[in-house]
Amino acid sequence: MNAPAPDRRAVLEARRVCRSFGPVEVLHEVDLALVAGEVHALIGENGAGKSTLMKILSGYLEPTRGELLLDGKPVSFSSSAEAEDAGIVLIHQEFNLAEQLTVEENIFLGRETRRGVFLDRKAMKAEAARLLAELETRVGPDARVSGISVSDKQMVEIAKALSRNARVLVMDEPTAVLTNREAAVLFRQIERLKAKGTAILYTSHKLDEVARIADRITVFRDGTRVAHAPAGEMDEDRMAQAMVGRELSNLFPQKAPPATGEPVLSVKGFSVGSVVADASFELRRGEILGFAGLVGAGRTELMEGLIGIRESRGTVEVAGRAVSIRSVRDARRAGIAYLTEDRKGRGLLTAKGMRENLTLLALDRFARLAIDTRAEEEALTRAIEEFDVRAPTRQVRVGNLSGGNQQKLLLAKTMLAEPDIVIIDEPTRGIDIGTKQQIYGFIHRLAASGRSVIVVSSEMAEIIGLSHRVVVMRAGRVAGVLEGGDINEDTIVRHAMGLEGREAA
Amino acid sequence: MTTDTARTPARAGLRIDFHVWGPVVALLALIALGAWLNPNFLSYGNVTNVLARSAFIGIIAVGMTFVITSGGLDLSVGSMAAFIAGVMILVMNALAPSMGVGWGVILVGMVVALAVGLAAGLVNGLLVTQARIEAFIVTLGTMGIFRSLITWLADGGTLSLGSAVREVYRPVYYSGLFGIAWPIVVFAAVVVLGEIVMRKTPFGRHCAAIGSNEQVARYSAVNVERVRLATYVLLGVLVGIATIMYVPRLGSASSSTGVLWELEAIAAVIIGGTVLKGGFGRVWGTAVGVLILSLIGNILNLADLVSPYLNGAIQGVIIILAVVLQRQKKAER
Repeated sequence: MNAPAPDRRAVLEARRVCRSFGPVEVLHEVDLALVAGEVHALIGENGAGKSTLMKILSGYLEPTRGELLLDGKPVSFSSSAEAEDAGIVLIHQEFNLAEQLTVEENIFLGRETRRGVFLDRKAMKAEAARLLAELETRVGPDARVSGISVSDKQMVEIAKALSRNARVLVMDEPTAVLTNREAAVLFRQIERLKAKGTAILYTSHKLDEVARIADRITVFRDGTRVAHAPAGEMDEDRMAQAMVGRELSNLFPQKAPPATGEPVLSVKGFSVGSVVADASFELRRGEILGFAGLVGAGRTELMEGLIGIRESRGTVEVAGRAVSIRSVRDARRAGIAYLTEDRKGRGLLTAKGMRENLTLLALDRFARLAIDTRAEEEALTRAIEEFDVRAPTRQVRVGNLSGGNQQKLLLAKTMLAEPDIVIIDEPTRGIDIGTKQQIYGFIHRLAASGRSVIVVSSEMAEIIGLSHRVVVMRAGRVAGVLEGGDINEDTIVRHAMGLEGREAA
Repeated sequence: MTTDTARTPARAGLRIDFHVWGPVVALLALIALGAWLNPNFLSYGNVTNVLARSAFIGIIAVGMTFVITSGGLDLSVGSMAAFIAGVMILVMNALAPSMGVGWGVILVGMVVALAVGLAAGLVNGLLVTQARIEAFIVTLGTMGIFRSLITWLADGGTLSLGSAVREVYRPVYYSGLFGIAWPIVVFAAVVVLGEIVMRKTPFGRHCAAIGSNEQVARYSAVNVERVRLATYVLLGVLVGIATIMYVPRLGSASSSTGVLWELEAIAAVIIGGTVLKGGFGRVWGTAVGVLILSLIGNILNLADLVSPYLNGAIQGVIIILAVVLQRQKKAER
């Protein structure tokens, strides 16, 4: 730890590591070596296997096959605590801090210094102050975590890691929650840690950042390592190139000719909180409009603003008439329906049956004063047929359905409201390939029948395979609208990463 | 797992039966026990007495079922009943000289009771939905406020309804329809209506949806704030109705009126099978829960098996048992 000159030998190394979840292998024989005093950047699209590898390295998951070497000797961690004891600490993207405790209490949580039966607060406070001073933060050991800034929380996490004598620090998108200035502070700390001989694994979607701080870069795609090189040999364009470029199968129905119909939804100068700024786009009749972008680019927030779940400013016109949408009820009245990406948290009542779930959004269609249960049952029969919902019984609790069947039920629920405009957020997240194909077919038929569909997706293949046009968002703004031949991974990624000129009008 | 239980209807039937009918079985067992211990237990007088006394808590508990089903709680109902009773008595006493003693004054009193109940429910509901303060805190606060207001109105003593008015009002508690006391008739009507509203209307469905997962309800175009507010207003109005039935019984209100009613109402709701953290509610279960609680007290009074002073202890055991049974059912699914 004190060796000022970086030791060239790997501190922690993964060799031919595989990991499966059930029958699906998500990581295929990957290698990765972390060297003391080096920042190793791991990049790749969502679902490329970065998180899985990070969790394996830090003891949260065990590899299905392959081995981990610590200082050249094989090790296996059965828990993150064991990995921490070996000096390997993962800093989660969403922090693992107890908000109501102080900074000092958090740093020593679970490994408090004692004197007899009592806590040795003095010693802990002194040590916490020393660590924080080392990190050049102004936050004191007595500050309550709930009251400090996000970047300071990050520093507390790092201090916590240091207090555990971390030799290997695994950072999962540390700058996703930081402003540029805060990120700059973080980079300075990373330099200091490097100089002290800490090995750092760093993931980020921001390629400029990677180019700036990484010494070595590894690129994952679909669970395999597709590239690794010293940072000097890889510029941002090459990184992006390595990340994309997978073949599209015939998962997708033949694209219908682009819709030339009149615009049914036109959004101008639309802002949502501080997340989405000045977004404008148009949706035409019979069109499938894809929304691409990195996680956190503001796509979901934009859609939730449109349906009145979040507060928004800007003009929205539906079929040429200006509308003001302040709640999901307003959205429904305007003929807009939204399928959330969070099926279990926001889409379905997992403790209830299929019938109650199916009719919840459009309950007014089944009730004047009293609910017509028979009509509900008939609707359920039709929905099961039309959307091919496969349930063990009609009375099954929705939480016990598979993800694919939940998604189909959610689709059925949304369509019962008879919307003209359907916004589908992550239509196939966590769904097997067969059901995916069914859902793609459904989206396709929906557009063909004259309705208009917005598909928000982090799966590039999905965006490309389905959309007539693609809106790419970056950092809360519309970075470009792509049509025809421009709809390819390379162009989309370049827009999403901010490598393409300035904003396309 | 679910597939298996569904394919063997006998087993599934048995299991559901136990859960659904558990409170009913307990109630029948209590009735049998009471009849066996004391032949007077099933007499007209005793049955009327038990039912009429449980009507106050029962009417309130029906409203409480809606509040709890939608994920809320109201601790203020006991104090609220005392406050409403006090205001009602003051108004009737003040109007009696000018309006004359008769049903006119009493009708005005009833309207006042309903209006004050509605207003009190509105206050609770607005604080929960608009000021976004936790229901527990809001109603803990208003519980203290209402209790203190009735003490202040009564100047630390008792507010009594003028004896002339009381004489006219008396039959509302003591007389009835075809030999069934009015409180029982009203309680029964409230239960039946409540059950229909809970089961058959969008409002009931929305209550369960909000209690089950507020986010899902919001994303499903449910007006979460308005439904929540409505549950507290409904409960307030029902507290008003309960008070209307209660005042003619004793003809007075004091700082000790309605003490612990909130806990009895909540206990009845839970015993009846409604889930405390919301998402599922059963009005008829609540009615059964109310009867179970009051029968325990009645049986202890009639039989000298156990000291009546242990009433609270036995009720406590029943409440805890009911929740344990609920949890087991959940684990099995």
